[in-house]
Amino acid sequence: MAAKKLNIKDKYRLLTRDLDWEYSYADRKEAFPYEDFEGIKITDWSKWEDPFRLTMDTYWKYQAEKEKKLYAIFDAFAQNNAHMNVSDPRYVNAIKIFLTGVSPLEYQAYQGFAHTGRQFGGVGARVACQMQSLDELRHVQTQIHAMSHFNKFFDGFQEYSHMHDRVWYLSVPKSFFNDARTAGPFEFMIAIGFSFEYVLTNLLFVPFMSGAAHNGDMATVTFGFSAQSDEARHMTLGLEVIKFLLEQHEDNVEIVQKWIDKWFWRGSRLLTIVAMMMDYMLPNKVMSWKEAWEVYFEEAGGALFKDLARYGIRMPKYSEIIEKEKEHISHQAWWTFYTHGHAAGFHTWIPTDEELDWLSEKYPETFDKYYRPRWELAKEMEAKGERFYTKGLPQLCTTCQIPMLFTEMDDPTQTSYRDTTYNGERYHFCSDGCKDIFEDEPEKFVQSWLPVHQIFQGNCGGPDVGDILSDFYHMNVGTDNMDMKGSPDELRWKQWKGVA
Amino acid sequence: MSIEIKTATLEPVRNTFAHIERRFGDKPATRYQEATYDVQSEKYFHYRPLWQPEMELNDPRRTALVMEDWYAFKDPRQFYYGTYVQQRAKMQEVAESNYAFFEKRDLKRLLSDDLQQKVIRYLVPLRHFEHTANLNNMYGSSQGYGTAITQALLYDGMDRLGIAQYLSRIGLILDGNSGDALGEAKSYWMSEEIWQGVRALCEETTVTKDWFELFIAQDVVMDALVYDLVYNQFDAWLADNGGQDISMLTEFMQLWNKDNTRWVDAVLKAAVAESAENKALLEGWVTTWKEKAVAALKPLAEEMLDAEAMDKAVAALDKRLTKAGLFK
Repeated sequence: MAAKKLNIKDKYRLLTRDLDWEYSYADRKEAFPYEDFEGIKITDWSKWEDPFRLTMDTYWKYQAEKEKKLYAIFDAFAQNNAHMNVSDPRYVNAIKIFLTGVSPLEYQAYQGFAHTGRQFGGVGARVACQMQSLDELRHVQTQIHAMSHFNKFFDGFQEYSHMHDRVWYLSVPKSFFNDARTAGPFEFMIAIGFSFEYVLTNLLFVPFMSGAAHNGDMATVTFGFSAQSDEARHMTLGLEVIKFLLEQHEDNVEIVQKWIDKWFWRGSRLLTIVAMMMDYMLPNKVMSWKEAWEVYFEEAGGALFKDLARYGIRMPKYSEIIEKEKEHISHQAWWTFYTHGHAAGFHTWIPTDEELDWLSEKYPETFDKYYRPRWELAKEMEAKGERFYTKGLPQLCTTCQIPMLFTEMDDPTQTSYRDTTYNGERYHFCSDGCKDIFEDEPEKFVQSWLPVHQIFQGNCGGPDVGDILSDFYHMNVGTDNMDMKGSPDELRWKQWKGVA
Repeated sequence: MSIEIKTATLEPVRNTFAHIERRFGDKPATRYQEATYDVQSEKYFHYRPLWQPEMELNDPRRTALVMEDWYAFKDPRQFYYGTYVQQRAKMQEVAESNYAFFEKRDLKRLLSDDLQQKVIRYLVPLRHFEHTANLNNMYGSSQGYGTAITQALLYDGMDRLGIAQYLSRIGLILDGNSGDALGEAKSYWMSEEIWQGVRALCEETTVTKDWFELFIAQDVVMDALVYDLVYNQFDAWLADNGGQDISMLTEFMQLWNKDNTRWVDAVLKAAVAESAENKALLEGWVTTWKEKAVAALKPLAEEMLDAEAMDKAVAALDKRLTKAGLFK
């Protein structure tokens, strides 16, 4: 008798969904204790639609094939010293930011999805999270391996793990993921699974990987291609999560909307560094930040929110501010890093004349009016041998932890400051968005480990900033950082190319 | 005669990342080392978890076990993601060809109804046991400390999902994809006397809070006993009673167990070697969970095999415990 053929859905149900059972001996609530405290109501986990129906044997098979190809490229890259094929040694600073700022987030994503992959009461949702957890571990490890070769030939990669836990600007991405992981399991899924993976990933992952492709970095771009099918799975999970929550109970809508408001704002703040990378750090440009924002957020995100409107979900709060920010944030951020270039873990520089023209062309409304004059001044000072570094330490926003570098969007000459008082203490913010987030969960955000506060409180060694940079951050001051011009990275590059 | 292609040699500035150099010296590192050591964030967390405010986000205090260096739990298999999936892909390729062979030759018809019934009663319900092992290893991966052990726990957790799926496929082969065998096996799991102790024990593990204690309960004690009873002793019984072809379908589990045991024993050994306090703690956990597991598995072992089976399984476990440095 020939066995009947099972369709994928039934097969997945039998192989996976049917593994769990109703408890008789232990308290199931105690086994899955974190489902209630956020106020989310799940009435029926069985309504969960599996976003992908992959069994482990297939997972191992596909992923092993991808890994085999990827590592073959890494080996060839190292064997042929392919770091010499990058467009310009300035490019390498973009992937220094990636390894110190983004790869550790992949690790936190592994941990976060391992947590939800254990804690969700529904087996379908759990298993989908578990696979994403494993994928995220893949991403951090393959990124480390992709950068391993660069680390051998360029400065600034070597202390990525130590730096991620301590350095002032790296607390921006670190606190973002700490915030998501310390939240309840459902907020984590809306923060990372939906807001980040489904909408904002295109603005993080794609620019870095396309930047690698345009700048001759075969190791990083191959990783990017290899991770693409993982990311596609993650996006379907993110979308399923939000639909599931919204369909489970109408009371969930308001909670989910609040999380969307929070995480899109936090996400747009986090992406400032990508904006800067795209506009200033890629010698061969992919597109401007403004263009990327329009394509990936305004068009793609706009269509998504139109779809979600039927559940009563609207565009994230402050979308109109975010729309204006695309004209400004990359310029404001790179200027901040340029002037704090002695305290960064990578090199900074003045854009070339060609690059300044490109920026003028891409930002006709703002660049010449507000930002070009600064660079012209910086050029003059540099020509006189007075390359400018600011002496002070920046004040940080309590929520996003970015220095107060953003301006009012209606008046780009005016720095944007907000503040609020909680338990008799005053807290400072870069924006209404960040202030709102604080005011909604002050007991959480008063805990922020703000690097500049910590320095002033004497918790990071010192007393001189130089000691903090070298002893506490493990930066080789003058080698890993300062201007690209005259840096050891640049000198070595010239030697390799025979132009010294 | 050998030929040598001339490539440009460039002197590297450094051999590896600074944290790897601090541990292993200034020399080229392995991929396992770079993917594993000091990758997890250790300090200066921004907020306490809303779901566990007494702990930091990554906190070694989630177990009573104390380690000076959590990276002492080196995986003897040196699995990072890439080596892990490639190794499992090889195993699944063999398994796939075994399952295909079994189905193509319709080897089921060589199994008596009685044997098929035994497989449904004793083997297939273990998919639920594996599901518990999946949960418990995920728990350790998310609550544990240091990439060396948490990544290996994740691999173990995913392996167990894979094994649960293989066991389910055995049921589907027997019932011609109707799902009836799986339903029958689940009803045994839910209400048959021989399974209730095991099920109660599984449920109890999922409410156990200390992740290293859970590693002892699941990966050391319960796995050692169950795998010996089922994939060693019951397998031998099947082979002697006309059911040898079933071994084709459980070969994956046997190979996996061998592989996983190497890692489990290495972790146990490192934990015991750390301190007398750890040793005492571990002996306490092993004693407690062994007692529970033996009581839970005894009815199953006696019906599936015989009165001596449980003792044999315990003897195999005890041998491993002694080798790891416990109880001596």
